[in-house]
Amino acid sequence: MARATKVIRNFYHDSVSLMQLSSMFAQLPGVEQAAAIMASANNINLLKEAGLVAGTVEAGANDLLIALQGSAEALDAALAAAESTLKQSASTAGQGTSRTIAPRSLEMGLANMVEGNLAVISTPGEYAAAEAFKALRLGLHVMLFSDNVQLQDEIALKQFARDRDLIVMGPECGTAVINGVPLAFANVVTRGTIGVVAASGTGLQQVICLIDRWGQGISQAIGTGSHDLHRAVGGISMLQGLKALAADRSTSVIVLISKPPDSEVAEHVLEAAGKAGKPVVVNFLGADPARIRRPNVFPADTLEDAAKAAVALAEGRPPDPAQPAGFLHAVPFTCTPGQRYIRGLYSGGTFCYEASLLLKKNVGRIYSNTPVEPADRLHDGWTSREHTVIDLGDDRFTRGRPHPMIDHRLRNERILKEAADPQVAVIVLDIVLGYGSHPDPAGELAPVLHQATGLARKAGRQLAVIGFVCGTASDPQGLSTQEDTLRGAGMILAESNAQAVRMAAAVVAGQTGMSS
Amino acid sequence: MMQTLFQEKLHVLNVGLASFAESIVKAGGTALQIEWAPPAQGQQNVARALAQLVNRPSVEAANRTAFDLYQSSQPILRDIGIASEMLPNMGNRMILHGGPPIAWQNMCGPMKGAILGAILYEGWAKDTAGATALAAGGDIVFEPCHHHAAVGPMAGVISPSMPVWMVVDTAHNRPSFSNFNEGLGQVLRFGANGPDVIDRLRWIEQTLAPTLRAGIEILGGIDLKPLMAQALHMGDEVHNRNVAASSLLLKRLITALLKTQASSPDIAAAVDFVAGNDHFFLNLSMAACKAMLDAAQGVPGSSMVTAMARNGVEFGIRVSGMGERWFTAPAPIVDGLFFPGFTMADAAPDLGDSAITETAGVGGFAMAAAPAIVKFVGGAPQDAIDNTMAMAHITIGCNEAFTLPPMNFAGSPAGIDIRKVVDTGILPIINTGIAHREAGVGQIGAGITRAPLACFTQAVSALAARVCGTR
Repeated sequence: MARATKVIRNFYHDSVSLMQLSSMFAQLPGVEQAAAIMASANNINLLKEAGLVAGTVEAGANDLLIALQGSAEALDAALAAAESTLKQSASTAGQGTSRTIAPRSLEMGLANMVEGNLAVISTPGEYAAAEAFKALRLGLHVMLFSDNVQLQDEIALKQFARDRDLIVMGPECGTAVINGVPLAFANVVTRGTIGVVAASGTGLQQVICLIDRWGQGISQAIGTGSHDLHRAVGGISMLQGLKALAADRSTSVIVLISKPPDSEVAEHVLEAAGKAGKPVVVNFLGADPARIRRPNVFPADTLEDAAKAAVALAEGRPPDPAQPAGFLHAVPFTCTPGQRYIRGLYSGGTFCYEASLLLKKNVGRIYSNTPVEPADRLHDGWTSREHTVIDLGDDRFTRGRPHPMIDHRLRNERILKEAADPQVAVIVLDIVLGYGSHPDPAGELAPVLHQATGLARKAGRQLAVIGFVCGTASDPQGLSTQEDTLRGAGMILAESNAQAVRMAAAVVAGQTGMSS
Repeated sequence: MMQTLFQEKLHVLNVGLASFAESIVKAGGTALQIEWAPPAQGQQNVARALAQLVNRPSVEAANRTAFDLYQSSQPILRDIGIASEMLPNMGNRMILHGGPPIAWQNMCGPMKGAILGAILYEGWAKDTAGATALAAGGDIVFEPCHHHAAVGPMAGVISPSMPVWMVVDTAHNRPSFSNFNEGLGQVLRFGANGPDVIDRLRWIEQTLAPTLRAGIEILGGIDLKPLMAQALHMGDEVHNRNVAASSLLLKRLITALLKTQASSPDIAAAVDFVAGNDHFFLNLSMAACKAMLDAAQGVPGSSMVTAMARNGVEFGIRVSGMGERWFTAPAPIVDGLFFPGFTMADAAPDLGDSAITETAGVGGFAMAAAPAIVKFVGGAPQDAIDNTMAMAHITIGCNEAFTLPPMNFAGSPAGIDIRKVVDTGILPIINTGIAHREAGVGQIGAGITRAPLACFTQAVSALAARVCGTR
């Protein structure tokens, strides 16, 4: 172990910067210990005690002393490096750059964006309620995308919000369009006069996309989360949304959408709808139209019917419930005798549920992982049975992988599996566009459709693939581009889920007629 | 009401998936991404407790009250006296120490050394062996300085016959106290207790204290806030850098001292001692800060921190709305710059009451005023400004009396809010000296450290339980 010292005369540095230099010099190659000090007698004694200096040093209090200890061959270079570091000009010495801290909390964010009026929360579910409470306490409306929020938290949040004239959209609210801005998984729709409140994400998307397709626009589309119309929650958010749209001068027609609500809650909502002062179209999937119908409240059987009725009302025409519920054009298709069944492979939960409801009326028992009748539950969701519709967005399929609207692999595999089944006549698919969805779902599907129909053809069968695109011309993926690609891949395209399902039913019905 | 939202332009704060903010912006909307992480390192119960307190009107009102009390405090150096006569509830066989409460057997080396020195100084034992037996025997009561309206740097030891500074908050008629700064090297506050140390303490008691006391009497008191404010304009942050404040104090004292009856040699010795210790003002800065924060103590519902202190084993905080209770966590080892021959392995965990300065919005919080300090972590002047700006995110307001030239004369961020600390994860910054872990070695370095999060998460849970009832 060697030592080396260097004295720089009349070179004053304050002790803090010398400590910093000392630690910097200790990092030089081959250096074990280092000190840079003003060479007062006291300081030199300190260095002697530390073993950095032996013998006398000719220096005074105004001189800077560098003392190094380390391997002999490295010390000369280290001393030179140390001295040059000391003498570099201020402009080349470490320059700090100002770092404004990115907002780490809602409160901090609100300080940066004082006009903030809505918090979109998509944290893991166990933290989501706490974040939503903070947002409400800060006076923000909340869109709560997160799932796994406890029901008691949902109730507490919604009551807390209502008391402050704020709304909680969610939990599990996947989509909304507020003031023309699409939120989370949402489509880009034309602004207009139809306001929507929906307890179903894909239900909302279907209705606003069809309204857009048929030339009308959306004032607001408010999601409530799928539990809002449970008895315990009481439809707090739907009632708030309904009230806000009723008071909104830019809204002329209101559409309410939900899976089957609790009957008391439904009555409460319908009563409020009757007092809205403007026409309200109601699609409570599977509900008895007679219980819904009242002055200014119009029941709709399907999401498509709801959109159609809303467009008619917005255009000053009466909603037309008498319109035949058939498919619009014949499906050119021949089945082999064994081909009997429909397989619906859905990425949207409400589409799947609506398909179950419609098919139950037309073709009989429908198995599903999310069945209308508990008895029709598919015990093994991975294997279809007779007529089956599957919600691939169900927890069981999304565990550990992205939602099927983003990642098509699981559905693609399932399409090929169904195509190989000789009993399958029709496969029904939904293709959902908009922000958050896959950037090119048709491009993902097309090769698989070719493969599936080819597989069936080789086995001497013809396979019908019927689908619909839930999207708009303004969506990032583009409705017509997507439809063209799918049509090119042999898909029979419907405008809506209801149309697609009716076509599928007709194919199977025709087949049944032939074989009987 | 929601329909008023329809009349406004939508401004979204996005917590979670960043792609949602991006798509809102792409679609022509306005969104701000929050850099969110689970609060309190994922403790759900703390996150929920916090959610009950954020922007809660009763807490906001309590904090305004507490902050106004803090800001309106007028600490004036009024007198010098003897601890046993001046400190509230000071016992005859009691020794005060820095930080939250701690038993003798758990104390760190420097604190034990300082207490042995105090026993020798009091004449309760003849040697350190006797002093050790006495300290371990349970005959002497050990209590935090903070429990007696006092503060002391490092070991923070105050025994009954030591002289103390008396500061009075004239706005609220409340006293606060601190001991005398002995200088650097072999000193009691770092646990040294040799004859030189005891002799110096006696000299402070018998010569320095009476001499300065006479000077203060002639002055009628020294207003400490303006002096600290002036020092902030001269490169001090009045925690780890007190060279300007000490000089300003001396400038005030000299003429007064010359007007006293004290002998010339005593005045010369006193002036020499003060002039030779760049940290002399630290203890007064601490007593002034203690006065300002004691004014804010005890406001029901307030989430404002009123003390941060370390005993070399634990770091503790007190919160205005939680009374006398301490919320503690293991004291961190400070990673700073070390004097030649020492490393982090030699360091005692964070020690002393001096973080009262940061609690009061100076020290690390006013670092922008003292760019030289930032060199402790190898930073540039801009880092000092960044540190001060970061503290603005976890404080209730700015101290109008303490303006910072590099911040365009904005007030120093002050009044640490436990809610904001937990919500943002930004921890209070503290400029501090580093003591050797063994008694008597002294200061071995200095650096910048952070208060531990666990103190604040416990305080948030406790305050939520008190304010909202347990859930």
